[in-house]
Amino acid sequence: MVYDREFLLSLYRKMTLIRQFEERVKYLFLEGIMPGTIHQYNGQEGIAVGVCAALEAGDVITSTHRPHGHALARGLTVESLMHELFGKPTGCCRGKGGSMHIGDLSRGMVPAVAIVAGAVPMATGMALAFKMKKETNTVACFVGDGAVNEGAFHEGVNMGAVWSLPVIYVIENNLYSASTPIFEMVRVKKLADRADAYGIPGVTIDGNDVLKVYETMRGAIDRARHGAGPTLIECMTYRITGHSRRDTCNYQPQEERHTALENEPIRRFRNHLVSSQIASEMVLEDIHKGVEAEIEGAVKSALAAAGPAPEAAMEDLYV
Amino acid sequence: MARVTIAEALREGLREEMARDQRVFCLGEDIGIRGGWGGAFTVTLGLEDQFRDRMIDTPMSEAGFFGVALGAAMMGLRPVVDVQYADFIYCAMDQVVNQIAKMRYMSGGKITVPLVMRAPVGATGRGAQHGQNPEALFLSVPGLKIACPATAYDAKGMLKAAIRDDNPVLLFEHKLLYGAKGARAESGTVDASSELPEDDYLVPLGRGTVRREGNDVTIIATLLMMHRALAAAERLAAEGISAEVIDPRSLVPFDWDLVNTSVMKTTRVVVVEEGPRRGGWSAEIAATLAESMRDYLTAPIARVASPDIPVPFSPVMEAVYRPDSDRIVAAARKLVDVL
Repeated sequence: MVYDREFLLSLYRKMTLIRQFEERVKYLFLEGIMPGTIHQYNGQEGIAVGVCAALEAGDVITSTHRPHGHALARGLTVESLMHELFGKPTGCCRGKGGSMHIGDLSRGMVPAVAIVAGAVPMATGMALAFKMKKETNTVACFVGDGAVNEGAFHEGVNMGAVWSLPVIYVIENNLYSASTPIFEMVRVKKLADRADAYGIPGVTIDGNDVLKVYETMRGAIDRARHGAGPTLIECMTYRITGHSRRDTCNYQPQEERHTALENEPIRRFRNHLVSSQIASEMVLEDIHKGVEAEIEGAVKSALAAAGPAPEAAMEDLYV
Repeated sequence: MARVTIAEALREGLREEMARDQRVFCLGEDIGIRGGWGGAFTVTLGLEDQFRDRMIDTPMSEAGFFGVALGAAMMGLRPVVDVQYADFIYCAMDQVVNQIAKMRYMSGGKITVPLVMRAPVGATGRGAQHGQNPEALFLSVPGLKIACPATAYDAKGMLKAAIRDDNPVLLFEHKLLYGAKGARAESGTVDASSELPEDDYLVPLGRGTVRREGNDVTIIATLLMMHRALAAAERLAAEGISAEVIDPRSLVPFDWDLVNTSVMKTTRVVVVEEGPRRGGWSAEIAATLAESMRDYLTAPIARVASPDIPVPFSPVMEAVYRPDSDRIVAAARKLVDVL
């Protein structure tokens, strides 16, 4: 497939934006400036960016406790996320959500659900609404590998299948559910094999290849929009950072980590762009600088923003 | 004018709302199967003929379809979830408590979840897993409204109000009050039928009503217990004790104005609930009244509830389990005797 150069560079920029956002956020946490906890997306950028690049306005994503990458890929602003992570009323959830619940439905992402697989039935329900309203939009439902062992995953995917709904279930298999190796917790060799149980197509792909993710997603969306129902896409990847903020990843073998770092999606895509002479190192460096400036601007503005009035805690519960 | 049962009133309420608003739809197990039952208690019987695309029969997947309803609600539809027995909500606890109740708050008020969850409660000869009253558990879940209609008039009016409400509403219905007919009829049924007005009406959530006026003691009760309280009040009257029976109709929000006004008059309170006593919603009502109405109360607040055991099967034991008018009479009499 031949791609427009600007499109390829936009993918690269999004992936870089996610990586640098995460690195900046981690630093803010370690400095003790940012409150809360974080689950970071480093190493999985190819999936969020590849999936969301295939979506259109009006499509919706659901996310997990590891949502920063999904949000940025879907098009929430760096500023609205940074403000939320600092608990400011100017954040995307007015400071009520925090890292694990970022989202903005007006931009195509419902607040992230931090209960593993908790958003799977919800994603199915959003797709049911599209179908009942005779709209052609689709839902992309991100889950981690551990989610396939939750009951909500089974119930939600089965209903999407039974009703042939326009929803794509995207498993980000980073090999670990927190610290537990996923293949000690399932007997199947591929999580996509679970699709057989629901009578829908399942495919396992290289999630660190952003273009492969994009192309697979395009095919799945095509099916979904034509009423052929859901697809289960397992994207193989690796979390090159801790599960949460102070995790030192001692359970990840050194050699495995080493290989993963060589195989991480941004490095690979960069090599591809340079070796195919799509972009020079200098162009990519400019993208980095632009991203850095955007993030620094957001940090400054978030730090300067007024905090919430304590009594605002009592608002936003009922209509 | 003909009297209608709660099952019929709910059915008409659904029919009217679905006709009025294309966004309203039902989903649940066995609700729209041709030749089926219309849900476990006939409420949706025949609606599939009129609204074929909006009666969604689900797999046996309570966590799944509560979550599906949430997703649909967030995207602008107005689902009415039917769970066959309130006991089955426990299968969907994550969806109800972590997702449905919190989604609006977590979004900073940007998301609206117009969602009705209908759930039959009450000990009815089915033992421990088909007879619970889980209302109290949901009292401690901010973000939900809780409605408990005791008459056909209220059932229809509150269902319609709940469907038009932009918040998630749990609508608890009592199996012995449905008046379901045919093969789905319940033994021990209490007549909760009403004459219904021809025109469109709503019973607002959060608004209680005085079922019987009295001066000596206020009895607060919902659902089946409200009917038991009325029977108790009748007996107390024969003893010269004038009991006021208040049906709060909603537990969240709660009509404190109505209850407080009554307590100022009677100075004595009995709160009755069918669920277990420990951690019951009656404890919340009693504690709040003890704090806010201490200057008016002339006797300790009494609670009548089930013992802290699962619902037993044997009819002999079930009768002991569930509060009846004897226990309500005894509690009220004791308060009045204090003076």
